[in-house]
Amino acid sequence: MQRYTVAVLVRNQFGVLNRVTSMFRRRQFNIDNLTVSETESPDYSRITVQFAGERVTKQQLVDQLYKLPDVCSIRELDKDNSVSFELLLIKLKNDPASRGDIMAAADAFEAKTVDYTRESIVLRVTADSRRIDDFIDLMRDYEILEICRTGVVSLERGADTIRKVTNL
Amino acid sequence: MNLTGADIVVRTLIEQGVRTVFGYPGGQVIHIYDSLYKYRDELKHILTAHEQGAAHAADGWARATGRPGVVIATSGPGATNLVTGIATAFLDSVPMVAITGNVMNAQIGTDSFQEIDITGITLPITKHNYFVGAVEDLADTIREAFRLAVSGRPGPVLVDIPKDIQIARCGYEPRPVIAPDPPRAAKDQRIQEAADCLSAAHRPFLYFGGGLIASGAQEELLALAEKIDAPIGCSLMGVSGIPTDHPRFLGMQGMHGHYACSTAMHHADCIIALGARFNDRVTGDRTKFARGAKLIHVDVDGSELSKNVAAVCGMRGDVKQTLRKLLELVQPAEHPEWTGTIAEFREEEARNQDNRPGLTPRNAMLTLDKHLTPDTPVATDVGQHQMWAAQTLRFSRPRRFISSGGLGTMGFGMGAAMGAQMATGEHTVLVTGDGSFGMNLNELATAVSNRIPLVILLLNNGVLGMVRQWQTLFFDKHYSSTVLARQTDFVKLAEAFGAGGERVGTLEDLDAALERAFRVRGPYLIDCAMGEDEFVLPMLPPGGSMDDIITRAGD
Repeated sequence: MQRYTVAVLVRNQFGVLNRVTSMFRRRQFNIDNLTVSETESPDYSRITVQFAGERVTKQQLVDQLYKLPDVCSIRELDKDNSVSFELLLIKLKNDPASRGDIMAAADAFEAKTVDYTRESIVLRVTADSRRIDDFIDLMRDYEILEICRTGVVSLERGADTIRKVTNL
Repeated sequence: MNLTGADIVVRTLIEQGVRTVFGYPGGQVIHIYDSLYKYRDELKHILTAHEQGAAHAADGWARATGRPGVVIATSGPGATNLVTGIATAFLDSVPMVAITGNVMNAQIGTDSFQEIDITGITLPITKHNYFVGAVEDLADTIREAFRLAVSGRPGPVLVDIPKDIQIARCGYEPRPVIAPDPPRAAKDQRIQEAADCLSAAHRPFLYFGGGLIASGAQEELLALAEKIDAPIGCSLMGVSGIPTDHPRFLGMQGMHGHYACSTAMHHADCIIALGARFNDRVTGDRTKFARGAKLIHVDVDGSELSKNVAAVCGMRGDVKQTLRKLLELVQPAEHPEWTGTIAEFREEEARNQDNRPGLTPRNAMLTLDKHLTPDTPVATDVGQHQMWAAQTLRFSRPRRFISSGGLGTMGFGMGAAMGAQMATGEHTVLVTGDGSFGMNLNELATAVSNRIPLVILLLNNGVLGMVRQWQTLFFDKHYSSTVLARQTDFVKLAEAFGAGGERVGTLEDLDAALERAFRVRGPYLIDCAMGEDEFVLPMLPPGGSMDDIITRAGD
């Protein structure tokens, strides 16, 4: 099992996300997270998918994606050729007994306090997914009220772009 | 030209070379039907008894010609009735364009009368589908649907058109018939690897599926077989792809495949698979399937490579173009020892052949075979009769065996046979069973109205034979819901619809009935008695391997 990140450039059309996720569901590809956004061109959207699996499963997922007419380009992104980030919002109980420890950990992870009340603290962390997992794990020692994370966004290093792959 | 959306639909179909469409009118396609009336001299509409029959007819048309079949249905139940037909075409990679009406754009999403999300419903069973939101997009969307349906791996495409789009007007200019994306060969390096692999083989085997027929690569396949001295087998979808009587052809592989074919594939050291996808009905237990063979796999759909069975050389590309290049690179060879082994497999198969006299399934098929011309399309339904037909009938032209392989749709046959008949103009045969025929026999009405020359050979055993066979073998003869115990008089039924028919109980009667049936310029049903305990043999039990093959009843 290995974790894969795949960037998919799709035509920015109504229902395109449904087409992609419907294929994942039908073929039982187990996706860890998925993000969608418009791109530098209003004609295209970019979907970033992260999942864990065998190499053949990854290949099958890529091959099946290519069969969707709305899919324009696919790029596999790994640690060496790309930069990847995810954003975490985590709401913790504001307890005087643990506040100091929480803030020390937040400091180490370069977390920013974005909301602070008598009862709660909301921290924002921007990091790669692995580091966000680690931070959540640390916070389990305290009382987590709720969590929301965005899923990963990822870009290739250097001047190459996903659109260059297919000359769009 | 300034036209309504409805006129644009019909004009675009005509422009794309369509001369016959199948369908059923309704409230949300009434404008399209008005245009069909207007253009009735250029585009023939066949009204079926049910939208499912229309979808299967469009499918049968496409299988017989390679050109996309077209079906039209109204919104709601009209659209959902197409679903089984679209799925059948999807699983067998048949080009089809389905056009549905829908409620006005302003009413979409309000659960209005006969509104259904047909693009949502057909998402996993179409190559692609469209909801047309503006009349300006209509003509190009339909053209794009035709391009997608026939390009690469063919398949069904659905276009959903709200009623207001059919009423709205915009400019229309005719365009030429859209060409499929040009077929491309696999990468040269891969072809060289495949050539090396085949050249090094001692026991090569050529295996093809429906993709060979779709790509029109019969000649190339036979040339390759000659050059490397290899036997040939096919999947159910490949039947009729090359002449059944070809000396190198061992028949069909799979659960009910020919013994010599399955055994040869099992013993091969190198298999080249062309336009086939190694469905579970072909492989049985995948871990035991052709373990001694290196697999070379050519498919226009790259996702089929190593999906079901791992290939040492997977080649994404058009079968015909790839074979042409491969033929140049592969070394000629002779394999006398392997040829001898194959001959032994054939002898073994002959020893196990069902040679009982009388009205056995095999004899019924051999009798039918005598009446077929090289051009006769034979459609089937699904079940025992389908396997007997696939095993026994001889074909000499591609696209003459029309059968639902992937989805295994009982009820496919009546619609498909009508579509194939209209596409080819040939007197057509439907081999069916009493179970399958019961599902869509309403289309007898369509066959009568359109005076379709169709011989319906109904093998009537009073049971759902294929399921019953499994119950006999694997469920201690618990015949749960497979004994029909119906009192249907199929001859009277045919007569009630306005068709001819007769009942036969002997082989001689069958022969004479077929003689009469082929003289009728319309549908003619032969209700042919068949024993309820007849088996389809050989049989690889589901999930089994060649070690588990059942070749004789009682084994």
